Amino acid sequence: MLDAIIQGVLLGGYYAILAAGLSLMLGVTRFLNLAHGDLAVLAAYLVIYLVATWHLPIVWAIVLMLPVMGLLGWALQAFLFARTMKGGFLLPLLTTFGLGAVIQNGIYGVFSSDVKSLGNFIGNLAWASWKLPFHISVGKLPVYIFVAAVVVLVSLQLLLSFTKLGRAMRATTIDEEAAELSGIDARRIQRATVAIAMVLAVLAGAALAMRSLVNPYTGPTQLIFAFEAVVIGGIGSLWGTLAGGIVLGIAQSLGAKISPQLFQLFGHIVFLAVLWWRLKGAGSLGLANFLRSLKGGRA
Amino acid sequence: MSVSRFQYERWTPAGLRTVWTAAVVLAALAAAPIVLPATAVEKLTTLWIYVLLAVVWNLLAGFAGLVSVGQQAFFGLSAYLTLRLVEWGLNPWLALVGAAFIAGAIAIPISFYALKLKGGEFAIATWVIAEVVRICVMFDPLVQGDTGNSLIALNAYAPDLRREVTYWLGLAAMAGFLVLTFRVLRSKIGSAAQAVRDDEEAALSVGVSVMQTKRIIFVLAAFGTALAGSIWLASAITFLPRTNFGVQWTVFMLFMVLVGGLRTFEGPILGALIFFVLQETFSSYGVWYLFGLGFIAILFALALPDGLWGLIRRKRGGDLLPMGTLLKQQASGQDA
Repeated sequence: MLDAIIQGVLLGGYYAILAAGLSLMLGVTRFLNLAHGDLAVLAAYLVIYLVATWHLPIVWAIVLMLPVMGLLGWALQAFLFARTMKGGFLLPLLTTFGLGAVIQNGIYGVFSSDVKSLGNFIGNLAWASWKLPFHISVGKLPVYIFVAAVVVLVSLQLLLSFTKLGRAMRATTIDEEAAELSGIDARRIQRATVAIAMVLAVLAGAALAMRSLVNPYTGPTQLIFAFEAVVIGGIGSLWGTLAGGIVLGIAQSLGAKISPQLFQLFGHIVFLAVLWWRLKGAGSLGLANFLRSLKGGRA
Repeated sequence: MSVSRFQYERWTPAGLRTVWTAAVVLAALAAAPIVLPATAVEKLTTLWIYVLLAVVWNLLAGFAGLVSVGQQAFFGLSAYLTLRLVEWGLNPWLALVGAAFIAGAIAIPISFYALKLKGGEFAIATWVIAEVVRICVMFDPLVQGDTGNSLIALNAYAPDLRREVTYWLGLAAMAGFLVLTFRVLRSKIGSAAQAVRDDEEAALSVGVSVMQTKRIIFVLAAFGTALAGSIWLASAITFLPRTNFGVQWTVFMLFMVLVGGLRTFEGPILGALIFFVLQETFSSYGVWYLFGLGFIAILFALALPDGLWGLIRRKRGGDLLPMGTLLKQQASGQDA
């Protein structure tokens, strides 16, 4: 039981990295990127390719992919998403969904349908663990990923709080038109945001490929998990993605403890329950608001 | 100024011609299995399923603005319920139709939940609901997890009869839904749905019952998708949870509607035809074919957001069927 909870918490770290990018993009560009999971999986495949074929150290492969995917994100926003955003929320949603199909089948076509993993390239890290009292063992890799998630979120927090870009991103999230009136080029900020989201997708994809197997059609499920983490944690809240990821991770690993099929089901049920609870008029934010309401204040 | 000087017209001569042409074409198609070879009958059945899927998804996403990524919930559920009803001893044909009605009815409680959500949240929530339905269905011993099951009860009928009844079922469902969708779109519900899509608060302020409008469209679309799922099961016989509940059905609907023409009545029919031809010609290319479908959908979203029908409409200066109300000044005007 305690074992499953610890696993769940650590799994939440991975979800937080994926969800933070999705949430950031949703806030600034106001459309949900249904290809976010697929882009993370694409990054995972590229990292695996660099490591397996070019024999690059994993760290260097990831570092190399960061600007590549960042640039791809910038280009996607500039040449694809921005053009469809004029016609309301419908077209961008459909476009990203189509993009997902392109990425999944493109990966399949180029890299075949074999499952891939970085697990073979990280030595004993794939299974090394610390022994804790009460016969609990904690995998080193999940802990490292969790620590990486916290580092990523702290960096994002610093970026949002103290840099000019971060201020512009927050302003665009709150009110795009008002931001433009204050001299912010919202379209540039949106391009930068998607680039940052893609940098996060590289880290998430690499984390995913290290801790499990990926195949070309892994993306949509990861997108669902990321969005569930965003909603459970509270849309628009950066640290909420970590809280949401942890809650989702715990629900899933508790479900998996009962039966493997319940891994996804328990997560989905928690997500639908949080949405329902929110619709009941408990405010516009999920867990973030709940915690705030516990403290006595309202969002 | 009095309104009486204007004449309301809901039908145009061109529109009536279209209806008569469609009626003749449908009658000919109904008789077609008598002369067509077996493979052609099977392929055309698939086409009716595509048209049905495209028309109801356009009703839902295009006209009502409810972009669902989870319509496969009803497509798969209806197939599963058919197997369940047959297992309980029902005649397979009755089970196919009955299952679609039950799946449509299940959409009502789902609508109370899902319709409170908007945009991306609605899209993902419907997707998650479809996944939950699939996982629950896979717990049924009849389905045996990933193994699935088959509608072997249909094998009791002669292959020719089975093929033809499935064809007629598909044709009837498609024709029925074309008429139904057309009538709904021309009714108050259709106008209300489009008003809600464009601005929910404004629609509410002029007295549109937002939730009821959305619910009618959502349940109707679920029922149509469920019917398509039943007919698909009747023609494919096998039920595989991951295929029948696959999100690729929504990818196909999206492709047909975007290419044919979002928010047009004629577009999805055209889109389904194009999809059918592409499927027949290129599906042997496997993943690169699917890659191409996604790519084409993106191109249309970028360059031709109202699809091919939007282009044709601009060229010929109107639709085949009148969707709105024409106001004409009366020729015998009493005074200037």
